[in-house]
Amino acid sequence: MISTVPTDEFTLAALTLILLEGAGAEEGVDLNGDIADTPFADLGYESLALLETSSRIERKYGISLDDEALVAAETPRALIELVNRQLSEASARDKV
Amino acid sequence: MRVVVTGLGVAAPTGLGTEAYWSATLAGRRAIGRVTRFDPSSYPATLAGEIKEFRAEEHLPSRLLPQTDRMTRIALVSADQAFADAGIDPGELADYDAGVITASHSGGFEFGQNELRALWSKGSRYVSAYQSFAWFYAVNSGQISIRNGLRGPSSVLVSDQAGGLDAVAQARRQIRKGTRVIISGAVDASICPWGWVAQLTSGRLSEETDPARAYLPFDDDAGGHVPGEGGALLVVEDDEHARTRGARVYGEIAGYAATIDPRPDSGRPPSLRRAIELAIADAALDAGDVDVVFADAAAVPELDRSEAEAITDVFGSRGVPVTAPKTTTGRLYSGAAPIDLAAAFLSIRDGVIPPTVGTTLSDRYDIDLVASTPRRAAVRNALVLARGQGGFNSAMVVRAPQVID
Amino acid sequence: MSADAQRQVVITGIGVTAPGGQGTKDFWDLLVNGRTATRRISFFDPSPFRSQVAAEIDFDVELSGLTPQEARRMDRAAQFAVVTTREALADSGLEFDSVDPARIGVTIGSAVGATMGLDQEYRTVSDGGRLELVDHHYAVPHLYSYLVPSSFATEVAWAVGAEGPTSVVSTGCTSGLDSLGYAADVIRDGGADIMIAGATDAPISPITMACFDAIKATTPRNDDPEHASRPFDASRNGFVLGEGAAVFVLETLAGARRRGATIYAEIAGYASRSNAFHMTGLRPDGREMAEAIRVALAGARLDPTAIDYVNAHGSGTKQNDRHETAAFKRSLGEYAYRVPISSIKSMVGHSLGAIGSIEVAASVLAMANDVVPPTANLHHPDPECDLDYVPLHAREWRTDTVLSVGSGFGGFQSALVLAAPDRVSR
Repeated sequence: MISTVPTDEFTLAALTLILLEGAGAEEGVDLNGDIADTPFADLGYESLALLETSSRIERKYGISLDDEALVAAETPRALIELVNRQLSEASARDKV
Repeated sequence: MRVVVTGLGVAAPTGLGTEAYWSATLAGRRAIGRVTRFDPSSYPATLAGEIKEFRAEEHLPSRLLPQTDRMTRIALVSADQAFADAGIDPGELADYDAGVITASHSGGFEFGQNELRALWSKGSRYVSAYQSFAWFYAVNSGQISIRNGLRGPSSVLVSDQAGGLDAVAQARRQIRKGTRVIISGAVDASICPWGWVAQLTSGRLSEETDPARAYLPFDDDAGGHVPGEGGALLVVEDDEHARTRGARVYGEIAGYAATIDPRPDSGRPPSLRRAIELAIADAALDAGDVDVVFADAAAVPELDRSEAEAITDVFGSRGVPVTAPKTTTGRLYSGAAPIDLAAAFLSIRDGVIPPTVGTTLSDRYDIDLVASTPRRAAVRNALVLARGQGGFNSAMVVRAPQVID
Repeated sequence: MSADAQRQVVITGIGVTAPGGQGTKDFWDLLVNGRTATRRISFFDPSPFRSQVAAEIDFDVELSGLTPQEARRMDRAAQFAVVTTREALADSGLEFDSVDPARIGVTIGSAVGATMGLDQEYRTVSDGGRLELVDHHYAVPHLYSYLVPSSFATEVAWAVGAEGPTSVVSTGCTSGLDSLGYAADVIRDGGADIMIAGATDAPISPITMACFDAIKATTPRNDDPEHASRPFDASRNGFVLGEGAAVFVLETLAGARRRGATIYAEIAGYASRSNAFHMTGLRPDGREMAEAIRVALAGARLDPTAIDYVNAHGSGTKQNDRHETAAFKRSLGEYAYRVPISSIKSMVGHSLGAIGSIEVAASVLAMANDVVPPTANLHHPDPECDLDYVPLHAREWRTDTVLSVGSGFGGFQSALVLAAPDRVSR
């Protein structure tokens, strides 16, 4: 069994890129600023934008995000943590 | 109650914006060329009227771009222009005082194409969250309503290439029922491989490769049309509301009627003539009052004949100037008739009838075609015709603004 | 005859094609018995999808009365429209030969047009998605009629011999109400004496399932398809896609009386408003739907308390059912708690643009039978949905007036009021 290291940890930069591609950026919001703890709603992203974003993340990283956990992740930091938890669980499963 | 038009937003292959379109139209500049949005080599039809210089990101927030088809982006910008032209800030209108009624032909077909491709080549998880609305026929009304805060009555009509007039007629109806302002019209843009293949099956696309010879309505060499993209949105308004706010009025939506042709094997005659007569009667005019006809101009011999005959039946032999400025742009599907309405109002404003470019009038048609160059004429009443595959006939009469003393 | 009778528009013929049976009679039987027609999708393998249930029609083209050529050239939604139109015509008893064809018009509502045909044909011309430059050699000859859904209206016009104003109304999930509102306006304005009006949709196709999966709008309750559509229930988690059509014969009250027609109901009021808020989202307060209801009631010259039954949009999504409940309270006041309200989507699913007309058919049948159809699968009401949704069992109930509402993507909110002309004084 080959042990895989989680090479693609999910970062704010990666999230920002996906947000831009899938939902654009609200006028007056600087996604390159310190946004980790700014609620998505304040960044101009409503549930539809977040659904598109999460589905892009799921496809890119080959994971599946829980509906309710997703709704609960109200900031970039929370979403990034959620994704990384899934990624490490997935890689833990790979090692078994 | 009079219903008037106070703002125009035009997007055409020949020009973005009303004045750019109009000067190109009067100059007879044609914007038909080989398709550039995809490689058309493998298809029998290769020419289109494309809008070349439209860059959505210069006009619209980036939040809107991932969720909109090209036709929606063009429609949103045209709506902005129409409101600006009318001097209306939609945010200042009272709640429910304004609505949006558009026509559609094939919806956001390119967006739909891309998602169908994602579905069948990669799987259902690759389909966009925006697919649930970005392609559907109601999307332009929905997005225009959201962008401009329009909470009044809204709707969407689909009657192939005649729908643009049906939408404006419904706008007039809603104004008469008490809504102050309706933005109405249509924009279409389906120049993508999947749209192209579907349009090819209409049997009406020109396979000519010379842009100057490809779309020749009422010509002996008529051999189908060239598809184009674009359209127009018009601010339709209660005349009293317009006057109270001191608006510039382009003219009035004075008459309208629509019919559908009987089933081809029924042995009954086509019904365009009846639509024309009813529209003129609805405007409380006689045929002799009509100063110009903007023809549907199918460029399919049998359809050209039936249109020329209907015009001759109503107006007599060469009884009224007839023109088809869409020869410069190609047919813009549901967007074609709203652009013709805009052109009709501009004809009224400037006292000039724009030309039909390229056509040498066939001896078979006894109509007074305004060919090659614009014609100076006092235009008070104009008739716009639009027909669609499946037998749709719509006719609308527009009238010069009332002179107020 | 009063001048009003020339402007009052009435329903004199009904046709329904809905999941769970054939025709109007089967449809009503299903509703009054509170049976559901939702099931695991059989049209294609649904296993790749998040939501795998739908309300499908067992539609037998051979037995539908369509000629082989009609069947060949029409998308399933157009087939529904034509078959349903023929039922409505027969029901109306109208002798079409005696009417000037130019005085007969057609409006057909449809949210997503020939989606099923387009999905199938795209798969073919793109060779399973492989070809970006799709191959026209593989296109079916009638593909253009899939491209533009006004072909549905043409087919209906041809089927009845109509030559008057003809169009498709496509306002998403309110299309079926808006089509009737539009048709009634055409008659009132003198544009036609008779309108064939209704709506059709046949969206159960992979592309539709995928697009609703992507926004989690459809229910993932795949282990219990028959109980998957749960409007107003606390456990609801999305709608169940459906398909079908309903078509009506509309004419003036004066005309209907002159020919001694059975009059089902008058289209007494109608209005549509937009929320100008979001393409898929709803503001929780329901104010635009409430405004549409207010204007429709005013048009009908009826007080809220004169409404005997409310046919809800009740799609079974979390946000819709709360939005709608708020709209009822806002527009009907205290009376919202007393009037029976139900959602037939619990039984026949949500057929997008068609459902508004199908719900009007249910409303008209409720008036004809003095029975209100139930909301099936409603065992544990959401505390925020605290009105009388007629859970589980149909109710005998004198029904002379009905309010039917719809809400759709794009922000459209529509309301239509039906009244029995001989039983309601206004």
